[in-house]
Amino acid sequence: MIVVKGLTKRFGDVLAVDGLDMEVKPGEIFGFLGPNGAGKTTTIRMLSALISPTSGEAKVAGYEVGREDNEIRRNVGILTESPGLYARLSAERNLSFFAELYDVEDVAGQVERYLRLLGLWDRRGDVAATFSKGMRQKLAIARAMLHEPKVLFLDEPTAGLDPEMARLVREFINELKDRGRTIFLCTHNLDEADRLCDRIAVVNTRLLALDTPEALRAKLYDRVVVIHLSAASPAYEKVVSEQSFVRSVEIKDNKLVVGLDDPERNNPELIRALVDAGADIQFVGELRRSLEEIYLRLVK
Amino acid sequence: MRKIWVIARKEWAEVFKNRFVLFTVIFMPLMMTALPLIILYTMGTPEEMAGFSAADMPASFADLCEGLSSETCGQYFIVSQFMLLFMLMPLAIPATFASYSIVGEKTTRTLEPVLATPVTTLELLAGKAVAAALPAIGATWLSFSVFSLGVAILTEGPGLLRQVTGPLWLFAIVVIGPLLAVAAVSIAIMVSSRANDPRVAEQISMLVILPLLGLFFAQISGLIFINETMILWMAIGVAVLDVGLLAFATQLFQREAILTRWK
Repeated sequence: MIVVKGLTKRFGDVLAVDGLDMEVKPGEIFGFLGPNGAGKTTTIRMLSALISPTSGEAKVAGYEVGREDNEIRRNVGILTESPGLYARLSAERNLSFFAELYDVEDVAGQVERYLRLLGLWDRRGDVAATFSKGMRQKLAIARAMLHEPKVLFLDEPTAGLDPEMARLVREFINELKDRGRTIFLCTHNLDEADRLCDRIAVVNTRLLALDTPEALRAKLYDRVVVIHLSAASPAYEKVVSEQSFVRSVEIKDNKLVVGLDDPERNNPELIRALVDAGADIQFVGELRRSLEEIYLRLVK
Repeated sequence: MRKIWVIARKEWAEVFKNRFVLFTVIFMPLMMTALPLIILYTMGTPEEMAGFSAADMPASFADLCEGLSSETCGQYFIVSQFMLLFMLMPLAIPATFASYSIVGEKTTRTLEPVLATPVTTLELLAGKAVAAALPAIGATWLSFSVFSLGVAILTEGPGLLRQVTGPLWLFAIVVIGPLLAVAAVSIAIMVSSRANDPRVAEQISMLVILPLLGLFFAQISGLIFINETMILWMAIGVAVLDVGLLAFATQLFQREAILTRWK
């Protein structure tokens, strides 16, 4: 759905995006992560035909950036960093204006559909200035969806929202995915990216890594198993370290923290060895590295 | 064409909720219509004009009084000093309106979603120009009609009314007025595209009235008198200026610069 080759953007002497190569598959939620100033918004702006690349090429929904910009604009929806609503206009008027600009056939019907879908129908006549931050964000999402775009660019969709509202927005993003939309998600909320995204790109001007969250974990860290014992001792640590498949082991409180290549295969043997050595095992779990750890390791 | 109208309607829906703009659109025409009528009412009475002779007039103005009684000529002299106000309206009103149009959207961060739609720069600017120019032209024409009605009521005989609604001023109001509005809008949009503060944009845009204000004072001080030749040249000049300004305004509106340089 999105193919990017060597995409570069320079503002004078400042290199904002440096030779980006990536591909976003149809119907996936693609996380685009990076620190402030990493070129995320610039990339979104290039891919939604708002600004032109300095070099490189990109195709969005089958249309070439820089050559078929109007077609791209027809086929993408964008939620900008700030909702950017007309504060003096009603929710309904805000949406109908954009529906008309997007050449939506049934303006009134489509506006009603999205106002209802996002729970704003009862407030349709109220001016946007009276809306809470969450409601404004929902209205901005509705605006991005009005013309049923194939690709949706979401720049920080849950920024500043309370947990309940953020969850609603996340659920809506998942619903959109279920309806076959391709979603390009820019967020600083790494937990959100971990939960929502099929694949993740980490950028800092240039592309640092691109894969599924699980694959990124596997690439950067050993898999770690935590064995909770009633009483951990150096003897048990020794038993574990003697196993040929164990890569690392350490005792933390009454827990053995064991690095393994393949826990699914190695765990039964490891547990047997510990039980034979007289260890009282309370439970066993895998220590899951957070996306935050992966992200920080990549960008530093 | 449809999108131009869509943008214009949105502008009106939004801008007319702004009390300051509403005040400008209503108050200025009201004041500029009332002023010459009040002066005509107080100074243009038959008693005041009794001792008035066309010979007292500057020679360039006396030509304009051909066929008029000396009393009507005196009234026309008074009224003609203020006729330029009807050309000031289509300059000043859209300047207020249009100067806010781009920079206002920058400050409220609404421009990026608009630029993300399949609207062309020309459609966007034309929509904003139409939104700014039409109310100004409408207000000018309405004011001029009210003024003409006032002249008909306040004066005896059709002499002054015929002068005021004659080809000279009718051409000035109906043709040059809209041309001036287009010039004002183009300049205001240029300023608005480059400015970062709505107040600065408005102040700079209002400078557009200076040439006409100069003309106004030149006429009041008797240096010149607006006649047919002057009006015709003015129309040609402003029309040529409009074409250049519109092209320049479209060139100056750089989507990318507006989005990326605005903080």
